Amino acid sequence: MTASKPVQLDVARIRADFPIFQRTVRDGKPLVYLDSAATSQKPVSVIEALAGFYRTSNANIHRGIYELSEEASIRYEEARARVARFIGAARSEEIVFVRNTTEAINMVARTWGASRLRAGDVVVTTVLEHHSNIVPWHQLAAERGIVVRFVDIDDTGRLRLDQLETFLRNEPVKLVAVTHVSNALGTINPVREIARLAHEAGALLLIDGAQSVPHLPIDVRELSIDFLAFSGHKMLGPFGIGVLWARYELLSALPPFLGGGGMIRTVTTEGFTPGDVPARFEAGTPSVADAVALGAAVEYLEAIGLAAIRQHEVSLLDYALPRLAEIPGIRLYGPVGADRAGVISFTLGDIHPHDVAAILDTHGVAVRAGHHCTQPLMRRLGVTATTRASFYLYNWEADVDRLVAALREACRVFGVAG
Amino acid sequence: MSDLYREQILDHYQNPRNYGTLDHPDRSFEDSNPLCGDRIRIDLKIADDRIVDIRFSGRGCAISQASASILTELVKGKSLDEVRELGAQDLLDELGVPISPARRKCALLSLKVLKAAAYGLNEWPS
Ligand SMILES: Cc1ncc(COP(=O)(O)O)c(C=O)c1O
Repeated sequence: MTASKPVQLDVARIRADFPIFQRTVRDGKPLVYLDSAATSQKPVSVIEALAGFYRTSNANIHRGIYELSEEASIRYEEARARVARFIGAARSEEIVFVRNTTEAINMVARTWGASRLRAGDVVVTTVLEHHSNIVPWHQLAAERGIVVRFVDIDDTGRLRLDQLETFLRNEPVKLVAVTHVSNALGTINPVREIARLAHEAGALLLIDGAQSVPHLPIDVRELSIDFLAFSGHKMLGPFGIGVLWARYELLSALPPFLGGGGMIRTVTTEGFTPGDVPARFEAGTPSVADAVALGAAVEYLEAIGLAAIRQHEVSLLDYALPRLAEIPGIRLYGPVGADRAGVISFTLGDIHPHDVAAILDTHGVAVRAGHHCTQPLMRRLGVTATTRASFYLYNWEADVDRLVAALREACRVFGVAG
Repeated sequence: MSDLYREQILDHYQNPRNYGTLDHPDRSFEDSNPLCGDRIRIDLKIADDRIVDIRFSGRGCAISQASASILTELVKGKSLDEVRELGAQDLLDELGVPISPARRKCALLSLKVLKAAAYGLNEWPS
């Protein structure tokens, strides 16, 4: 088989699948949605899957001996299998449904971390991380005396792998916990290389896939990672559903997380025995409808193709970066090259990012301004905040044009000159 | 042009009134808005229960800084009782631009800091 070049996306047709683009904002302006790194918009097939579940299949799962409950259970497990195939998992039991990336990482900290880490053990993370991949490790440091180390970036926004190697060589590193794609800079980290370094030193690798699973083709076995965390709501799915993936053997060796119904084999007045994987980690009634709708989101993404989506975002970056660079007083952050995702952080003169975002908003352009839950990174960059535009499959060049025009207007309002 | 950034706001942002610090303030307070990182400090000189001099310093978005500048002009010479009477809406009216719920704390940080400095009430003005 020859690798064929991905076909160009038919963005007009894709946009027709997303009902939100039928509305206008700020007195009749068409919506320019450039905040998909925060959450994606939803295609009608996902919205229908969610509503449809409640309309025709709603029942609790795994419990009732009746048709509806059987049907709900089947649809829940079908969604699990679909997500497993999507990320190249060896078996669908390796998919643990959680609420979001944050919960998935916390689950690793509370199960693997709490059962495997001793005082003095080291978890290496990076200054690029979202707070959700920092705070759980700080919590373990406070409770158990583990040590958290941070790999720095260079001035282009790329990880300093030499520092990672130094930590791995000199310290008892048990886990490397790193984001695949930076939500603030768009840096795509070299996961395969990081996995090799971590494994050579006997450490496991946790990948925060919140910004990569929605945008890049991912194969967990090919990447050779140990834990993968991601959120449904950033990949066309609903809020309230996310995934922790880990190899079956690894998951099977871990203690449960929350205790309650669904996660046990037996309970007596003396104690309990935990259930199998993944039920062991899904205590209580799960978000069944949200999982089913996530399955529909994966189906939509697969139909378009992740390689094509990535290619589309690369061409939007190629279109946007030189046009943005011409705006007076703009400063663009993040690496330029093949290791850059569709995320553009910038500052504009000395205008506060909230003022930039507020002016863009009056033009119907939705972007994010703030620290993006990456305060250590902001400090490293020497800024309190940036404005961030992020792309997805439904964005097109017209969105970039509107962004650029609105930024030029912000320059005029605030008198920023080049 | 945008409603939010009318000339008055931009003028106070770019040419803030009563900007700086006082050498020996009678009262002084500083606070920040964790959401945006806006930061404002207010120094007061008080005589006969009246604000006889005021300075503010800080950094942050145009709304927070312009609002502080406008507030200093509004309260200079006023009695502490009059400052006590000042509510959130009074300051929002002075700003004269529509403030969305997301920017309300930007607009009101200066009043919060003033009230904390003047009589120790450290909470968001209503
Ligand atoms: C890189 C990264 N990690 C983790 C998260 C947290 O995701 P969630 O809020 O869905 O748990 C985000 C979301 O912004 C993110 O961008």
